[in-house]
Amino acid sequence: MYIFYFLLIFMIIAAIIAIETKNLLSSVICISALGFGASLMFLFLRAPDIAITQIVVDILALIILIRSTISRDLTFISGDKEFFGTVVSVVIIFIIFLAGVKVFETLPDFGTAIFARVPNAASQTYIKEGLEKTGAANIVSSVILDYRAYDTLGEATVLFTAIIGATVILRKKAKKLLEEPDL
Amino acid sequence: MPYALCFLLFMLGLYCAVVKKNMVKIVIGILIMEYAVNLFLVMLGFRVGGIAPIIDRAQYDPVIQQVAAGFVNNSVDPLPQALVLTSIVISLGSLALMISICIRTYEKYGTFDITQIRRLKG
Repeated sequence: MYIFYFLLIFMIIAAIIAIETKNLLSSVICISALGFGASLMFLFLRAPDIAITQIVVDILALIILIRSTISRDLTFISGDKEFFGTVVSVVIIFIIFLAGVKVFETLPDFGTAIFARVPNAASQTYIKEGLEKTGAANIVSSVILDYRAYDTLGEATVLFTAIIGATVILRKKAKKLLEEPDL
Repeated sequence: MPYALCFLLFMLGLYCAVVKKNMVKIVIGILIMEYAVNLFLVMLGFRVGGIAPIIDRAQYDPVIQQVAAGFVNNSVDPLPQALVLTSIVISLGSLALMISICIRTYEKYGTFDITQIRRLKG
């Protein structure tokens, strides 16, 4: 159990460094440390599929973020800091945090699965009948590819839309057309 | 208690997205929030001494076609894991979209500071 506390505190420290450091490149590197901690956490939470995916996604996210920040980290935030706005935001966030902690006290303790309390939960059905209904020994893949395959289809659609948006924003050709005085 | 630490991580991301004035820092805050939410959803399905939801050959009886009771009573929740798997991949796509907006803004204004790019530029 202590490994979870250790990893969570590691992630929180990495997040604080990533938020507060001035250099964007070191901030990005701290984000990948955070992702590594999350991946180890998933591994200890008995979710190997997510751990593998998290590692791959973190590598790609590191590449994307470094592409955006390399040789561009010359932005220094000038101007007066709005102390009033910052203080109000911190106070509001702290109040939300206290309220959230009160809510988490109503949940069952960490380590007792919630779905085990419900007799006919969907997860119970997947665990009991997943192998004979779908033929997949890995219950997670039987859920994402058989029981909730439409969800995966929607995921592919969202991913496709996001990549199309990124390509449209980044392309150079439209910029030249816009800079023509009369088209 | 681990839930509260996870929520603290979420709140750090929210603070970063609300207070910071650098566009890449805002993206990083949103990324931290995504990590925290994914972690929380997977933590909800964990049980102490649980095993991963992958059926071993020894845990399945082909004669009566039933999974052993030890697996049913010890497996962690597969449903949040499957949905978080979807969510992680989507977060990568949205990260690419946000970063491309940042790069485009940098090309146009020469800065990541959101107080500098507030002015209209035809």
